[in-house]
Amino acid sequence: MDWEYFLELLLGGLTRGSIYALIALGYTMVYGIIELINFAHGEIYMIGAFTALIVASVLNYAGMNHVAVAILAMVAAIIYSCAYGFAIEKIAYKPLRNAPRLSALISAIGMSLFLQNYVLLAQTPDFLPFPSLIPDFDFWEPYAHIISSQEIAILATTVSVMILLTVMIKFTIIGKAMRATAQDRIMAALVGVDINRVISVTFVVGSATAAIGGVLIASHVGQINFYIGFIAGIKAFVAAVLGGIGSIPGAVLGSLVLGWTESFFTGYISSDYEDVFAFLFLVLILIFRPSGILGRSETQKV
Amino acid sequence: MSGIFMNVRGELKKSFQISAWFMFLTFPILVIRVNTVENVIEWRWYNMAIVGVSTFLGSALWRYLLSVKEKSQRINAASPGNMTSFQKAFSDKRFFYPALFILIGFVISFPFLFSMYQANIMITALIYVMLGLGLNIVVGLAGLLDLGYVAFYAVGAYSYGLLNFHFGLGFWTTLPIAAILAALAGILLGYPVLRLRGDYLAIVTLGFGEIIRLVLENWGEFSHGPSGIANIPRPSLLGIDMTLTQNTIFTYFVMIGLVLFTIFVVNRLQNSRIGRAWIALREDEIACQAMGIDRTRTKLTAFALGATWAGMGGVVFAAKTTFINPASFTIWESVIILCIVVLGGMGSILGVISGALVLTLLPEYLRAFSEYRMLIFGIMLVSMMVFRPEGIIRNVRRTYTFSKE
Repeated sequence: MDWEYFLELLLGGLTRGSIYALIALGYTMVYGIIELINFAHGEIYMIGAFTALIVASVLNYAGMNHVAVAILAMVAAIIYSCAYGFAIEKIAYKPLRNAPRLSALISAIGMSLFLQNYVLLAQTPDFLPFPSLIPDFDFWEPYAHIISSQEIAILATTVSVMILLTVMIKFTIIGKAMRATAQDRIMAALVGVDINRVISVTFVVGSATAAIGGVLIASHVGQINFYIGFIAGIKAFVAAVLGGIGSIPGAVLGSLVLGWTESFFTGYISSDYEDVFAFLFLVLILIFRPSGILGRSETQKV
Repeated sequence: MSGIFMNVRGELKKSFQISAWFMFLTFPILVIRVNTVENVIEWRWYNMAIVGVSTFLGSALWRYLLSVKEKSQRINAASPGNMTSFQKAFSDKRFFYPALFILIGFVISFPFLFSMYQANIMITALIYVMLGLGLNIVVGLAGLLDLGYVAFYAVGAYSYGLLNFHFGLGFWTTLPIAAILAALAGILLGYPVLRLRGDYLAIVTLGFGEIIRLVLENWGEFSHGPSGIANIPRPSLLGIDMTLTQNTIFTYFVMIGLVLFTIFVVNRLQNSRIGRAWIALREDEIACQAMGIDRTRTKLTAFALGATWAGMGGVVFAAKTTFINPASFTIWESVIILCIVVLGGMGSILGVISGALVLTLLPEYLRAFSEYRMLIFGIMLVSMMVFRPEGIIRNVRRTYTFSKE
């Protein structure tokens, strides 16, 4: 067995998984609170990447310092993704809060279709090269063939985002309100939680993590187009379901498992069937654990 | 008087705020266009003006429609169980029979009155009617959210393509074979997902649809890979040679016949023992089991019978286009079929038919604004769900009325 190759695949899977995790977190948080598959979540990620690209190009054109460009582009991407997430919830989901769940899902699909075509028409249908915002560090050069400095940056960002998110949900007032709303929306409202605000905050936080993911991945892959959100969204959703949708550690675990599965299968078997393996694996896990790896199996009442 | 004035001022202020918010929101993507290859930046300030004006008017309209909807809900809540005026007119025999005759006349004369292009569009629309009615069994009646319905459509299309390619089987022989194969695929999918509920079911069916497509794309020896299968024969009639025009007309009538058959079967199913079992399963799985309904059998028949129509639709699709490749069976196709069911009105046959016609004909006739049609489609889905979530035609449940003697 070739250990270096194995290590490479392991770390590649880890990077891939942590990218999925950044997007899957938004899915799982929204699902935990309003039980809606936010189909437009992938589009928010795509809009984040596009905003970063536009801002970075404008600033580069103005001849700004490289580090400042990277930071400003990231900040702009986060701000705009949050704004889009907030607006989408107000337009497409809030009026449907008491409607059947399928209606909200269709509304989400409509929103996703709209946003894809909006970016397609306003920008371009072609792939755009994305500037590399994270530089290659010189001192890391000897190890770069196993894990590049970009991948390290992705891992570091993901870990810190997760720690921040956990702290927010465990220890702040709004985090407590979120947990209360997820458990029982009506009861939370009765004890004085502002439900609308909690839901908005959830969307904003989920969008922010998606934007961070969007910028990191776009910079890692090197090109974007209007369609990237859809594929990434599906993968992240698979990851969230794999871990048990609604559970935050579950989303992270599911993403890592999915990342490793894909990485090892493509590395050792065949790259043609990468997505087939991912989905087959999902089906297998759900057959044996119907509510995901970390999902609680709820007692159904009549 | 001043109250109304204040109200108008308040509304104007709200619209103004929303329009400002949207101008901010759309600023980077609509105003700036960068070309990273040639390093040029284009500023399009006129877009911002357009967004400002249109959201100002749009938000006022949006809030007006929402208030109308709330009012009508309050009225409906006061007197539940009322049929809409459309459904009332429909159940009136004096109106129903003339309308039916006009409809039949129109359906029969359609391919002769309009061009071949129109007839082709109509065939596509009818295929979607069939797919919608099939998915309606799974989603509308049995309440199982299926996002991979297109897999069965692909099974149908590929069974015709491959059986014809290898064994030279004709359209009419393959139609029942494809239906059976699709039903088997339905059971194959249904069996492992029996225990799953709601969203887990949705994602597994989605995965199933993608697996089928990816296998078709990658297993070149079996399915001819991404290049697909070409030269699939059109439907035949007793071996008579037909010109392209005649054949299109023939396909149109084949499709009309199949749709009528579908409507007949689905209507009979809906009111049968198994149909009621599906509805019971949709309403409450546990209560349904407690009433002695075999959950496994009920779910599997829903998947199998739903898939059957997709299989037959796939055969007609392959025969109509004479060429199939995996690109025709993406997840968006499943999403569109699901939208047909929900937009038309879940569980209602008439609703699903109108949903299919609207969703397939509208994009065709919106080709004038071809660039914007998917955008409009998205807006339409969202606003339809917000303002009329029960669909175009609401399903009326059979109810017993008790009269005091």
